[in-house]
Amino acid sequence: MIDYWPLIGILLVVLGFALKFNPMLVVTVSAIATGLIAGMGPVEVVSTFGKAFNDNRIIAIVWIVLPVIGLLERFGLQQRAAAVIRAMKNATTGRLLVLYLVYRQLTAAIGLHSTAGHPQTVRPLVAPMALAAAEKQHGALDEDTAETVKAFSAATDNVGLFFGEDIFFAIGSIVLIQQILSTYGYELAPLQLAVWAIPSAIAAFLIHGARLLLLDRRLGRRP
Amino acid sequence: MITLHWLYALAGAMFAAFAILSAFDASNRKRLGNAAFWGLMAVSLLAGDWIGDLGNGLLVLGLAALAGFGFIGRSHPPTTDDSERAAWSGRLGNKLFLPALIIPATALIGTLAYNYTPLGQAGWIEPKRETYVFLGLGVLLALATIFAWLRPPALAPLQEGRRLIDAIGWAAVLPQMLASLGVLFAAAGIGDAIGALTRMAIPEGSVFLTVAVFGIGMALFTMIMGNAFAAFPVMAAAIGVPLLIGQYHGDPAVVGAIGMLAGFCGTLMTPMAANFNLVPAALLELKDQYGVIRAQVATALPLLAVNILLIYLLAFR
Repeated sequence: MIDYWPLIGILLVVLGFALKFNPMLVVTVSAIATGLIAGMGPVEVVSTFGKAFNDNRIIAIVWIVLPVIGLLERFGLQQRAAAVIRAMKNATTGRLLVLYLVYRQLTAAIGLHSTAGHPQTVRPLVAPMALAAAEKQHGALDEDTAETVKAFSAATDNVGLFFGEDIFFAIGSIVLIQQILSTYGYELAPLQLAVWAIPSAIAAFLIHGARLLLLDRRLGRRP
Repeated sequence: MITLHWLYALAGAMFAAFAILSAFDASNRKRLGNAAFWGLMAVSLLAGDWIGDLGNGLLVLGLAALAGFGFIGRSHPPTTDDSERAAWSGRLGNKLFLPALIIPATALIGTLAYNYTPLGQAGWIEPKRETYVFLGLGVLLALATIFAWLRPPALAPLQEGRRLIDAIGWAAVLPQMLASLGVLFAAAGIGDAIGALTRMAIPEGSVFLTVAVFGIGMALFTMIMGNAFAAFPVMAAAIGVPLLIGQYHGDPAVVGAIGMLAGFCGTLMTPMAANFNLVPAALLELKDQYGVIRAQVATALPLLAVNILLIYLLAFR
């Protein structure tokens, strides 16, 4: 018989996020509740949570780039990135982000997904460039428009990464698919799986690229 | 051999410095909270393997309490203002990009060289972690270059790093918390419950509708878990293997590969994938913490439909 009660943990997360409680608390409360409902003791719940946190420390490594990024901002890197875009006659936000989308998909497809990202490239370079291009197209940006341009810069990084990385056969998700299917007796080579990521990668480029060019048309209408 | 632990030590030392600088930052009303929060991160990175599972658990509860009850606040470490930055940018010109490119270039060239030249055969880096090691090396090279060229004050990198990490705040730790929540969800058997519920939603005899439930199920369960990796084993066990591959004879490679990508569409639409969706919102100082997700939904939904169609068309040729 399947036990449905632990699903309350999911409900707590959804409610917590919807009611805009602090996510750190929401996650902790849900974790403890889920563990207790599943029959663990309080010490066991806290220990399991702690061990998982310790096992996932690799996630925190990326922050070591912050001192470099901050230092370069101190010397005007964002201003420089914006100046380069202002000097280009044909630069638009959409075209710039389409270019970044291609770059991100291609580098991720050859296994270089950790070389770009939100702290390393989006904040110091891509977002300031996209904003500068938008100012050229639109004139001074109101707050909502600036938010949209920044949000699209981050979104483009995500789309490029997600729909590029699976073409690289040695990535975690491909290994996972391979292992799961092999437990059911379907033996596949990583490369056999990776080629089937290509159609979706092309579709992602067409859909998101089209939206970026539509963003250009919106920015082109002056206020 | 250079292992991930070297990088934990590097990151841990950095967070320890953030904690100390926070403690002495008289301009920040919540300086002690910030010092405690980044101090706990430093302990986790430097000593996580020695304080035991329960010790780590208590540490995490401490982080959650400090963040959740408003004990940490944004600081304003010494830096340059906009007009000074514009002046520097004019003076230094495009050479300013060179140190910025050192980090990605080192990671890129290092990874390629390590994998495709005899360099890697010496085996002096933990397997599969070479990109992280070269990322760390790139950081150190970039710092050395900036110091040699621009001679900033000695504490500047740590103060500027603290300026950014305080702007991000607790969102910097949330992805690791969510990953840990996923582990508890799995231990509690949530995957089995979701799989059973999904099977109830399957209409008998229609290949297309079964594919659709599989794709939508991947996206939805990914949204709940924040991670397609957690969703895939569940959906594969519930629908992918017994129905699509077993009963309808779909190509396992297509079902597996594109099924995972249907899950990635879910990742674009959920705050649970904090490092992709909430962290950048904090990093770019957006007013709306869900701004990045809003920008992604209109890409994710059509793309999910395309992925479902692709499975239907390619797996059952």
